[in-house]
Amino acid sequence: MVAHAEIRVVHRGGSKINFREPVITNDSRFLLCASGESVKVYSSSSEECVHDLQGHTDLVSGIARNPSNHLQVYSCSADGTVRLWDFTDGILIKTFIIGYPIYSIYVSEKHGGVVFVVVPMANDKSSELFQLVAVHLPRSGDQEVEARELSAVLCDVSPSPGAASFGREGEYVAAAKGLQLEVFFFKKQKPYRFFLKPGIKKGSKNAFTCVSCHPKEDCIATGHADGKIRLWRNFNQKKEYTYSTLHWHHGAVNTLQFTPEGTNLLSGGIESVLVQWRYTQENQKDFLPRLGAAITHIAVSPDGSLFCTSHSDNKITIIQSCVKVSAIIQGLVKSEGVRTDLMIDPRSKALVLNGKPGHLQFYSLHRDKQLYNLDIVQQEYINEEGLDQFEVVKAAFDAHGDWLATVEERRQKGSELEINLKLWAYDEQTQSFVLNTTVTAPHEDQITAMCFSPSPETTMLVTISFDGHFKAWLLADHSDTKEGASWSCDFVGGYHLLKPGCCCFSADGSLLAVGFQEVVTVWSPSSWELLTTLSQPPGAIRDLCFGRLSCSKYLLGTSTKNQLCCWNILTCSLEWSTPMDVSLLQADPLSENIAAFCSQSGCSDLFVFKPGEPRPLYSQRALCTGKVQHAIFAPRDQMLESCEEHAQWLNRSQLYFLTQHMDLMTFSTKTEEDRLLASSKRLMVDNSVAVTPFYLLLGKHRLQQQQQQQEALTNPMAERIQLPQGSIAIKELLYTPAHVLPSASFLCSMFVRSLLISSSSAREEKEPVEEEMESEEEDSEGEAELRDARQDLEGSAAWGPGEELGTPALTKAQERELRRVKHFDHSWLSSLLEC
Amino acid sequence: MASFKPTKIPIYPKLGEKVTPDTLYWKNYKAPVQIKEFGAVTSIDFSPLAPHNYAVTASTRIHIYGPFSQEPVKTFTRFKDTAYSGKFRSDGQLLVAGCEDSVVRLFDVSGKVALRVFKGHTKGVHVTDFTSDCYHILTGSDDYTCRLWDIPNSTELTSYKEHTDYIRCGTTSKLNRDIFITGSYDHTLRVFDARVEKSVMTMDHSQPVESVLLYPSEGLLVSSGGRYVKVWDLLKGGQPLVSLKNHHKTVTCLGLSSNGQRLLSASLDRHVKIYNTTNYKVVHNFDYAASILSLALAPDDESIVVGMTNGVLSIKHRKSPEEKQEVAGKQRVRPVYRVFVKGRNYVPKKDDFFVSKPVKSHLAKYDKQLKRFNISKALDTALENRKPDITVAVMKELDRRGTLKNALAGRDEQNLSQLLNFLIGNVVDPRFTPVLVTATEMILDIYQAVVGQSSVVDRQLVRLQELVEREIDYQQDLLEVLGMLDTLFATSLPRKEVILKTSCILSINLHLVRNSFILYL
Repeated sequence: MVAHAEIRVVHRGGSKINFREPVITNDSRFLLCASGESVKVYSSSSEECVHDLQGHTDLVSGIARNPSNHLQVYSCSADGTVRLWDFTDGILIKTFIIGYPIYSIYVSEKHGGVVFVVVPMANDKSSELFQLVAVHLPRSGDQEVEARELSAVLCDVSPSPGAASFGREGEYVAAAKGLQLEVFFFKKQKPYRFFLKPGIKKGSKNAFTCVSCHPKEDCIATGHADGKIRLWRNFNQKKEYTYSTLHWHHGAVNTLQFTPEGTNLLSGGIESVLVQWRYTQENQKDFLPRLGAAITHIAVSPDGSLFCTSHSDNKITIIQSCVKVSAIIQGLVKSEGVRTDLMIDPRSKALVLNGKPGHLQFYSLHRDKQLYNLDIVQQEYINEEGLDQFEVVKAAFDAHGDWLATVEERRQKGSELEINLKLWAYDEQTQSFVLNTTVTAPHEDQITAMCFSPSPETTMLVTISFDGHFKAWLLADHSDTKEGASWSCDFVGGYHLLKPGCCCFSADGSLLAVGFQEVVTVWSPSSWELLTTLSQPPGAIRDLCFGRLSCSKYLLGTSTKNQLCCWNILTCSLEWSTPMDVSLLQADPLSENIAAFCSQSGCSDLFVFKPGEPRPLYSQRALCTGKVQHAIFAPRDQMLESCEEHAQWLNRSQLYFLTQHMDLMTFSTKTEEDRLLASSKRLMVDNSVAVTPFYLLLGKHRLQQQQQQQEALTNPMAERIQLPQGSIAIKELLYTPAHVLPSASFLCSMFVRSLLISSSSAREEKEPVEEEMESEEEDSEGEAELRDARQDLEGSAAWGPGEELGTPALTKAQERELRRVKHFDHSWLSSLLEC
Repeated sequence: MASFKPTKIPIYPKLGEKVTPDTLYWKNYKAPVQIKEFGAVTSIDFSPLAPHNYAVTASTRIHIYGPFSQEPVKTFTRFKDTAYSGKFRSDGQLLVAGCEDSVVRLFDVSGKVALRVFKGHTKGVHVTDFTSDCYHILTGSDDYTCRLWDIPNSTELTSYKEHTDYIRCGTTSKLNRDIFITGSYDHTLRVFDARVEKSVMTMDHSQPVESVLLYPSEGLLVSSGGRYVKVWDLLKGGQPLVSLKNHHKTVTCLGLSSNGQRLLSASLDRHVKIYNTTNYKVVHNFDYAASILSLALAPDDESIVVGMTNGVLSIKHRKSPEEKQEVAGKQRVRPVYRVFVKGRNYVPKKDDFFVSKPVKSHLAKYDKQLKRFNISKALDTALENRKPDITVAVMKELDRRGTLKNALAGRDEQNLSQLLNFLIGNVVDPRFTPVLVTATEMILDIYQAVVGQSSVVDRQLVRLQELVEREIDYQQDLLEVLGMLDTLFATSLPRKEVILKTSCILSINLHLVRNSFILYL
């Protein structure tokens, strides 16, 4: 639909940052990692994202430092291009078009102007065979260059980037796949192949998982699926090669890395322990245990001072010389399924879902950053495969965010289900949730749904379980005795031994609707009376949802037999129903709107409507492939003022949803994008400098100068008021040794004066002195054009520093008059200029 | 890098009564002092004067005890037959008592011989009391009459013969010198006014009345008889207010706590129940060794004195606040003073540079072993622990790690018998059964090959089996009762009650264990 074209479905944050090995820059200040279709540059000390290098049109599959320029990196992507970036400024320098989807990239110092990439053997994407090819990058000044000069190095390699490594001074490359290690010598142009026995007999799995070459000696370390590490030597001949075996890991070795000097070998696996082996003294090991989740990649900075490990829970840990974790960069954790569903924390407005095993994560949607993890299970996590762990399966917030209820369960083979219901109170002092009550075995079977009563008088939680009952939990205040308030069961209800599936409170908390298979029962929570039953057979009720605000008399229900029904609670009759296969029903807490996701022929459609009228406000066909199972309305910080009818539903809150492939998507309008763009421009700050109070003072100052210079460059006609060259005073202040400086009181006035803007005596009209930099900036933009003509005539006058200030304060009336004059002048002068 | 998370020891809900302010208040008494009297203690009365001595009427004597003495400070023995109802006058100077020989005697508390003797009743006198003006005495007798006597002249003033059975209780109004109330075995309570010839109010208790009590405001009257305690509203002309049936034998005595907020009733069923006087719910309960005949509370609830049919007088004194503090203080001074104070009292100077040291977390012994993945040692240290909930929590943790079987295996006879001992002690505890049943099954799995090699282990296995069998039978019985109750509830209640079926699950678990026993033994 043309009219809807301006509402777009966009990716919004939460991409994987542990997909490929991160790269630490030469000065160890930045960390680069592939994140979806872009490369993110993080500051290694402050954990902040400095730049987002965007340009690739498909998944970025590898990053490598440019060996000839330490300020540049190569990145490769499945879109078939290799791009060269300047990461300090975040600029794309060059694009090399290879033409095949690229799976990983390697560079070697010895091979200048050549990058090695792994591409599929055949041209078609479906091929399972991959080859390592050398790409000669053509030297040309163009932005986009086609690099067609490919020469195959090794055939049949693994697409995983850890499965190949360049040896001492780039003389050879080692690649492993399956049970075979292949070493290719560039001088001899000859590959050697070494095979291992499958070794199934002893229960060991010999398959290679990763390879790393010693940077100074002829030694290759390989990791294996059974946890062994082999060190290969003498491999430049077919027969007399030797290897020694190291064994500590009990699971597969995921990644191996030599330190730049080759003194240590780092290895990591599912145990989430970073193991540091001394080279040549392999029985000496150092451990860094409990890193949180399985290690997937290890990267070492070129000077060997920083290590960083990627983890399977979308986390990058920065470690200072194998001793101390100095920083943690955490992305949105997406486990196999979002079992808790998406929620919004009413206090922090953060997206809440289950993250690391046994944790709830709070994720800021606006900043695309994980705020914190709440440990729900509070048990030591054992990193071992095939273990039944406690999982957080349900969570719910009450209306004000004072209470959080979580359900964790563990299903063990051959024994009964363990369920714990935990209730957490928000603690104002620590600004986090504190465990208040634990209920072991609240139900005899899985809890299917849970919700808090929105009514302000009572704090009530309703849990619904497959055991055929629903229970209401009340906060009982025992303030008279020593123990504080705790939760206890208030009511147990059921309906004809049917299994309940879903529940919903009305907007004022006066009604509770519970869906028992085909029947919707409506209860009064104050007296626990069954008020009425509604049913619209056939098909069991899948989802229930009360209308809000003006539509609060309506109850919506979806059934498995493709029905969307709307009942009027006042008349207890069916208002309307449509045949729709609704997979998800989500109500906007701030408006009457309800979003329904329908799955139709492998695609999902979205309908937004008000329960009162069955005409959709907005509909979008073929949103994404697969069923949408999780969605949430997140309230906006500021209301949008969109007047188009079909975009009004996005004014108060924003709809986020998770696709089948766990991509977090949202709907954005044009006005919103414009605003975002504007704000991103304004927020471009040189983040490489540590933020100190002094920086805030000085940096802003310098930044403005830079911007002015830039603008002057792009528009040479425009002349701006120069900031006073106070920098001389500042320089004096900063670079003079402290012991020869005069007293601070003397310097202070000088320093402050230097920061003020000098008024130009050359101008006829006097400008009001603006002390705030921002407003001054805006103001000057308006005036820039005004002064064009005059500057042409006068030539570029130098605006000397330290000019005396003596601007008299202007009255409001004078100012208004001035502005009027300016506008008038401007049109007149520009017309003069043009002719 | 996260630190090791210690094993969570679950807090099990405490069985029994909830902690309320009432339980805290009424539990705050010391262990009872017991004094053996010569016969059943029929009456106890506290002196209203300062040391608050109390008169205990038992058999043919009245003993007066001081508040803290265990020996009587005074004894009145001039009774020919069983004495009844020794009562102090409101000034604490005089004491009156009835007797089975129909004579009422008035004593000076400091003297020995009766000051006055009132003769006139024809049968035993069970009720005596002073009127509020201190000049008259009320008596009630088995000859169905109640009389008023003048103390100075020792003459009978009036006699009322309205009751048709023994008068066994009575009380005078503390606000009006002319009003008194009697209760009789003819099931009635009568309110008399000395200025009128006849009773002014009659209430039907419908059980022989054993005790009456007037509230301090005298608007409400409490009577006890049979298993009932009834409250009457005197201002509304004797309208029944509440009828309480919390005892299962005759309620013999009533009392009121000092602030009038709690009502106490003592019964032949050996319980003293305490009611809240606003909603008449039982808030606390005392158990005694024998049927209770009399009960009295010292002013300010400083002590509770209870007399029983076997002649034992039980006195509970309230704990003084100083003693409580002393107990708490004793616990606190446990660590050696010097070790813990060293360097702690150092006050940093102004220019000192602070170096913060990371706080070292102390792990329990079993947690240290678990951290090092020493599973067998962790289980050993947990077994050494005295608290079964900790041991079970460690077992659960091992089970979660999938290593419980390894930890249980490879034990010698001594170790195994220690383990089996623990199981025998705790496997039927419903809090631990789910975990311990798995452990038991694993042990049977592992050690079935060595059954018969050690007599100690075999004996323990047989004991365990017996225990499990007994528990299963027990659970089966419970299930039957549950089924009966279910049908009862289903017929009597319109709405369905949900009864938790935990015992059901337990019994299924135990059945599994029994099956494995049958297999292996």
